Amino acid sequence: MIAETGLGALWLAAGLAALQFLLMIIALRSGADVRRPMRSIAVVQGVLTLIAFAMLLLVFARSDMSVALVFENSNSMKPFIYKVAGAWGNHEGSMLMWVTILAVAGAFVALLAHRTSERTTVAALGAQAVLALGFYAFLLIASNPFARLWPAPMDGQGLNPLLQDPGLAFHPPTLYLGYVGLSVAFSFAVGALFTGEVDSRLARAMRPWVLGAWILLTLGITAGSYWAYYELGWGGYWFWDPVENASLMPWLAATALLHSINVLAARGALKAWTMMLAVVAFSMSMVGTFLVRSGILTSVHAFAIDPQRGTFLLALLAIYVGAAFILFAVRAPFLKEGAPFELVSRESGLVINNLILSVILGVVFVGTLYPLLVEAVTGEKLSVGAPYFDAVAGPLALLLAVLVGIGPLIAWRRERRPVFKPLAIPALLGATALAISIILDPGMRILPRLGFTIAAYLAAAAILPLVGRNPLRAPLATWGMVIAHFGIAVALAGMAANAAFSSERLAIARPGDILNVGPWEVQLADVTPTAGKNWTAIEAELRASRGDGIIMLAPQSRFYSDPPTETSESAIRTCWNGQLYTVIGKQDVSGAWQLRLWWKPFVTLIWAGGALIAIGGALALLGRLWRLVWRRRPTPEEWRRERYA
Amino acid sequence: MKPKNQRLVLVGSAIVALFAAVLLAMWGLRAQASYFYTPADIAVGKAHDGEAMRLGGMVERGSVEHLRDGVTIRFVLTDGKARTPVVFRGIAPDLFREGSGAVTEGRLENGTFVADTILAKHDERYMPPELGNLSAEHKAGKTLEK
Repeated sequence: MIAETGLGALWLAAGLAALQFLLMIIALRSGADVRRPMRSIAVVQGVLTLIAFAMLLLVFARSDMSVALVFENSNSMKPFIYKVAGAWGNHEGSMLMWVTILAVAGAFVALLAHRTSERTTVAALGAQAVLALGFYAFLLIASNPFARLWPAPMDGQGLNPLLQDPGLAFHPPTLYLGYVGLSVAFSFAVGALFTGEVDSRLARAMRPWVLGAWILLTLGITAGSYWAYYELGWGGYWFWDPVENASLMPWLAATALLHSINVLAARGALKAWTMMLAVVAFSMSMVGTFLVRSGILTSVHAFAIDPQRGTFLLALLAIYVGAAFILFAVRAPFLKEGAPFELVSRESGLVINNLILSVILGVVFVGTLYPLLVEAVTGEKLSVGAPYFDAVAGPLALLLAVLVGIGPLIAWRRERRPVFKPLAIPALLGATALAISIILDPGMRILPRLGFTIAAYLAAAAILPLVGRNPLRAPLATWGMVIAHFGIAVALAGMAANAAFSSERLAIARPGDILNVGPWEVQLADVTPTAGKNWTAIEAELRASRGDGIIMLAPQSRFYSDPPTETSESAIRTCWNGQLYTVIGKQDVSGAWQLRLWWKPFVTLIWAGGALIAIGGALALLGRLWRLVWRRRPTPEEWRRERYA
Repeated sequence: MKPKNQRLVLVGSAIVALFAAVLLAMWGLRAQASYFYTPADIAVGKAHDGEAMRLGGMVERGSVEHLRDGVTIRFVLTDGKARTPVVFRGIAPDLFREGSGAVTEGRLENGTFVADTILAKHDERYMPPELGNLSAEHKAGKTLEK
């Protein structure tokens, strides 16, 4: 009955979404105020999808093998936490999670939207209903998570061991929350384009959603990068895998949107531009979902090749994105012109930020989709990997990092003061870093060298907005910006250090042998068999030292039985100045073991930087929400300070 | 600047950015895209020495040979029509084994493919689309689907 309850809740929710859409049409034609019924419908819809999702968790927790999805993706021997997390570690379950988040977000929009006009709110809720309706149809027609098997099998096939990791419990839900947060921005943009009310009130209503989505995408990408780093045992943190790009593209668009929405909120400028970005950002989320869920890519992440689902998702994508672009093309020329600004102004700076981010987004988009296009047209197969993305996106990202230091120093509307003056110290720091890198390592490649230079410059430049004022009285949003920009410098330094100073050792060893990597001496003490609940493993005992005490590491090579798979569990030791990363491979014919060791100085800064960027976003969000809850009118002094911050 | 001109400048710069992105991407793709080949393509001379590429096929049974340094392996990739010898230094991924499909990245040197990476399959069900049509063996071993 549990599965049937879930399915029933989904059908009801789909019916309510249709009703919500109908109400919008009635309201926009007759002018009736339907906000109250719409609010109830949206909330009930959110509750129903939550019930459906809870039912899915329940069948997974109980290992109910009569449900096809549980049979295919779970196993009664699995640890309990991965039984539950396994509910969204597969296609149907993850799409149900997506729809649940979408509907719950819709409910919150309905409850909280009191800043936009009645017509815009109603139109936005209608747009949200149409989005949800498409995904309900996708679930109910092409990927029913509650389908039953008859007769019920004895036990399930198990979950891919690579996915049996705490990373799985955290990573996809975070990204989905981010994707779906952008759907709210999309719905607001569609609603506002419909009514023509694109103004700073709309921007203030959209901003918490964009910020929230952006924070979660940042966290999701950072966590995903660390997960791939330690779980896949390749020692890399970013592979330019199409599925990684699928999460990077919405992030790039959301980053651009986040900056332009501030212009709209503070100055009422960049109206059409911001609406366009809101449409693009959610389109990229849909493209990402399509790439991952359709199995169209040659990718380590693709689940199964299933043309029906791919076509369905592609159709949804084409309809939503196409309709939004047409709406934009028809309505944008009638939007009121935004407030004017001079060439040298904060607005211009943010336009340049947006342009560079858009170009990066463009080259990542083309690089990701080009192989599909070529194969569809000529049948020829090719892959686009790190060399392409490094060559085209790397320099642009570095250029952007330079400008990040300058933008926040420029005043809104018109800047008369010389802006480069306060940048003398940051520039000096950058030059020092450059000089040190040349002395230490004359043969360093150009990108890491520039990385160090710009990281040193930006670390100083990022905090300039807090200099020359009382930092404790600066708004939270300013603090957030400073921390996030500082995080870029931190991550950049980590990437440069990893590229320039990593050392690697690949060799065979017998128990007792000593290998050197970087400053470390690593002794293979012993290799022993070990076992967990649903796996057996070979475990190496490594003793590593670099002069001071000895530390122990225990990398494993695991064998899972359901389904039969081997994985490497790397062992990583984090020190203040880097990570020692060890992997045990196979035994060769003579009985010696393959060992792969890396010493990666300051590699942890990459994820620390990502976390700082997210924390910065969270502070800004907190500041905005604070103001939203305490809807007190700011004093003229505060108003002036925030506006010209 | 007048609001109207401002809008023109904004639209203009957006278009310029779009073109810049496309041109940059085309330039990058010409230099950096690596093509996917099968052993049959190599046999007829489609691929050139030194060009970055991917090679995919089935790992021939009985062909995997470990060299004395313990970390280098030689094996043969086949697509049923032709065979290409491959040499790889490193720890082969967990799912690399004789008789199953593999995609390698690297370059061709005097008829031998020098692989930098062997791409791992993510799970049992997943098969690179490139290999989908040449792996009867894989289909036999494929887990049950609806």
